[in-house]
Amino acid sequence: MKFRRKQTNRLMLKRQPVKPSRGIFTRRALIVLAAQAGVLGVLGKRLYDLQVVNGGHLKELAARNRTSKRLLAPARGLISDRFGVQLAGNKENWRALLMPEETTDIQATIARFNQIVPLDERDHARIERDLRHVRKYVPVALKDFLTWDDMARIELNAPSLPGVLVDVGSTRLYPLGPLLAHIVGYVAPPNEHDVATSPMMALPGMRAGRAGIEQTQDLALRGQPGSVEMEVNSLGRVMGEMDRVDGQQGDEIALTIDAGLQQMVLNRIGDQSASAVVMDCRNGEVLAMVSTPSFDPSLFDSGVSHAQWIEWTNNERTPLINKAVSGVYPPGSTFKPAVALAALKSGGLSPQDRFFCPGHYDMGGVRFHCWSRWGHGSIDMQQALMYSCDVYFYQAARKIGMDPIKDMANGFGLGTKLGIELPHIRPGVIPTPDWRRKHGFHWNGGDTVNAGIGQGFVQVTPLELATYVSRIASGRNVEPHLVRRVNETASDKTALDAAPPMDVEAKHLNVIRQGMFDVVNAHRGTAPKAKLNIPGVQMAGKTGSAQVRRVSRALRESGHFNSMALPWEDRPHALFICFAPYDAPRYAVAVVIEHGNAGADAAAPLARDIMTDALMRDPVNHIHEPGQTVAEAD
Amino acid sequence: MNWQKRLWRPESSFRLMAKLLQVNWLYVLLICALAGVGYLALYSAGGGSAKPFAGPQAVRFGFGLLMMVLVALLSPRVLRWLSVPIYLLSITLLGLVLRMGHVGKGAERWISLGGMQFQPSEFAKIALVLALASWFYRIDPVRMGNPLRLIPPALMVLLPVALVLKEPNLGTGVIIGVIGATMFFSAGMRLWQILILVAPIPFLGKFVYAHLHDYQKARIDTFLHPEHDPLGAGYNIIQSKIALGSGGMWGEGYLRGTQGQLNFLPEKQTDFIFTMIGEEWGYAGAVSVIALLGILVLGGMLISLRSRNQFGRLLALGISVDFFMYCAVNLSMVMGVIPVGGVPLPLVSYGGSAMLTMMFGFGLLLSTWVHRNEKDRPTSDVAE
Repeated sequence: MKFRRKQTNRLMLKRQPVKPSRGIFTRRALIVLAAQAGVLGVLGKRLYDLQVVNGGHLKELAARNRTSKRLLAPARGLISDRFGVQLAGNKENWRALLMPEETTDIQATIARFNQIVPLDERDHARIERDLRHVRKYVPVALKDFLTWDDMARIELNAPSLPGVLVDVGSTRLYPLGPLLAHIVGYVAPPNEHDVATSPMMALPGMRAGRAGIEQTQDLALRGQPGSVEMEVNSLGRVMGEMDRVDGQQGDEIALTIDAGLQQMVLNRIGDQSASAVVMDCRNGEVLAMVSTPSFDPSLFDSGVSHAQWIEWTNNERTPLINKAVSGVYPPGSTFKPAVALAALKSGGLSPQDRFFCPGHYDMGGVRFHCWSRWGHGSIDMQQALMYSCDVYFYQAARKIGMDPIKDMANGFGLGTKLGIELPHIRPGVIPTPDWRRKHGFHWNGGDTVNAGIGQGFVQVTPLELATYVSRIASGRNVEPHLVRRVNETASDKTALDAAPPMDVEAKHLNVIRQGMFDVVNAHRGTAPKAKLNIPGVQMAGKTGSAQVRRVSRALRESGHFNSMALPWEDRPHALFICFAPYDAPRYAVAVVIEHGNAGADAAAPLARDIMTDALMRDPVNHIHEPGQTVAEAD
Repeated sequence: MNWQKRLWRPESSFRLMAKLLQVNWLYVLLICALAGVGYLALYSAGGGSAKPFAGPQAVRFGFGLLMMVLVALLSPRVLRWLSVPIYLLSITLLGLVLRMGHVGKGAERWISLGGMQFQPSEFAKIALVLALASWFYRIDPVRMGNPLRLIPPALMVLLPVALVLKEPNLGTGVIIGVIGATMFFSAGMRLWQILILVAPIPFLGKFVYAHLHDYQKARIDTFLHPEHDPLGAGYNIIQSKIALGSGGMWGEGYLRGTQGQLNFLPEKQTDFIFTMIGEEWGYAGAVSVIALLGILVLGGMLISLRSRNQFGRLLALGISVDFFMYCAVNLSMVMGVIPVGGVPLPLVSYGGSAMLTMMFGFGLLLSTWVHRNEKDRPTSDVAE
């Protein structure tokens, strides 16, 4: 495009006032107009190709033989444990489908089908819903789980059932059922929202993850749908496949869990309402995570009955809730190592500083009791941990205040949102005066004193406790995780001792570890029952009992206070955290028994047995045959 | 105040009537015809009922018509005076939407105004056309060589483009850029300057692609290989093509579109309304609609050419290009020529803000027609 402007014109313009010249504008506007016309012309031509040239071809094809395109739901990815034991798989499911576009009268066909294979109310409701929401070439599932008998009858009546076909789909199978229900989770038929966000969820047989790994890794597990294009004659008979694109099965996910260890922990807990977590303290792999009671995840695949749901939700022992990540409990004395570390780091106390414990601590006219009525005398930090002396920690907390305690506890994972691959995680709470103010209350000195022994407003989850003890044991900031491998790609968290070191001095950690060693191994420790029965291997730990109800002074002083006499829901929770081997820590275990009364009596032996089993199996270093169990050490 | 005297001249009702007669009613009729096409299509998209889409859209169109005629009576002087606050308002709204927009379809582009969802990026285009016309009208195209005169309007264009891309709304961002460029071109920008600006675009393209959101990359990739993702992002394009193809030459008949396919065409009443027209009315109907769009564009360009003042020329051209860009981008999208989304077909797609801002734009176009005979005063020669 050339725009010739005369030189003279320009000179003339320089000399006198001018009107903006129309010439240039007109020329350029015409160019714009030509471009617009060109674009619209090209679009018109393109539309002609789409509609008339190709469209005519399609129409002609439809007149003779129609093609019918069906999408194939991909198989959901498998979930296995670290040794390849299958935790979630798929099983065949023969079902009857209806292709809406291949039948003239949908309702009549359904009614006819109902005579051959009875459908119940729920089936009808689901079919109605699917027919409204599904695309024409997406078949609607009429009935799942057909028997051979049903299939024979359908086959026999095929001529009167246009558009009905039988094919094999898959349902989700959980071979170990309740054992890993809280971790693996479960699937359910997709809801409207799932279908809106991902059209392939409308395919019959697709399932959406609704809890656990099934939910958090849902996208990876879904896979890619395939499609098959079939040639259908005017009578609706399939003449043959024209084109088949196979779908892609979802990713296979291997967890860090050792199903054998998990089974042992579950057996050992028995029918108590409890939660236990076993973690590799060198890299944060969760080897076992048990929450009892559990539930059967297979029930969700086709939708849970109302009665079953009511039973689960009304049960005071909350089977549907994974207590390991969503159950919050006061940590009780298991919190003391964190308080001690905070005192050392802030410089408020040295390991040699002593406090005198007369069996109680008075502050502002209130008497705080030690668990030992006779007191512990004058003790230093290591002894205070060994005896689990309350008075020492009342005073330690009072001395340094709440903020350093909170920072330390958060650093060790308590009261923080851990990045484990599970949904519905409920972090605990480490209270501070600010937090209390936010909720409209005043914080007073007594609250700090109470928090010093892990009572009052302090709340943690078992997973947080396991993370905390792992970090004490390894001195590294390990992060708990469950996914070990996706297809062939190992998680980048599997490396041992790769986590960054904790921001705590090694000598401080050693004081804590020694105190925890004494808890188990010194003859005056609070948990001598937790000694390991393995030669040359020692465990270090910490007991805890978390009160759920205030013990009145009168009751305490009458000397007849016995919490076992309380009703179950008023007894304190029993807690125990531990790691072993002491000289080269490998595993950390945290146990919480709801209303188990005393950590030393109920939780410590349980933790000892779990730790023994873990050390004997050694799932981290050992590749043993799956399913093989180790004889329990008595 | 001085400006009051300049702006407010009490006009007799007689003069108003005279002005009303000056409105190009033929053009208004064409606009109504297009809206009529929209009404029919939306009636069908609503499953043969006026309830969900067509009715409310018709009511809005009534309001739009009234507004359009009122705007048509405003004189260029008033429009120029209004252009600054309107431009600033549009930028403010764009900024606001980034701060507190409703998240719709993975992108923040909506604002709630008195119960109505409003898309400021629509409004920004009209505001920009008005602002650019108000800037360029006093500059003789012959004297556009001075780069200093190009910097402020360039900023005027880049600011909304940047804000819209941040939303992120690729389609509208590109449209605003093209409108701005066309205005520069028509105002007489030198060709060598245009070349300098156009040359780095391929490099920019690479840079922009690197910064796109994942879903936008997915759109582009899908567009190149729709068969890779028949159910996800490629679904719309494939379905749209199938529906158009099954329309053939004469269509499947009004209200007889294969509802099964279209019911699952997302956005069938907004972005993909044209697909529905193509399926039900066939190529014959669809190409007629394209022709109607073309006539509206041509009419706008003729109004621009007939105007005897530079402001009117530029304003009318800008509005026509805006309307044209909308049509071209939407049609290309529906036919799978370019991979964008979120661009409606003006006056046909269901949606309030797009329609009303377009009607406002048409009002400006008609105002240019009404005041086409006002002449530019000679500008004094500014030393370069």
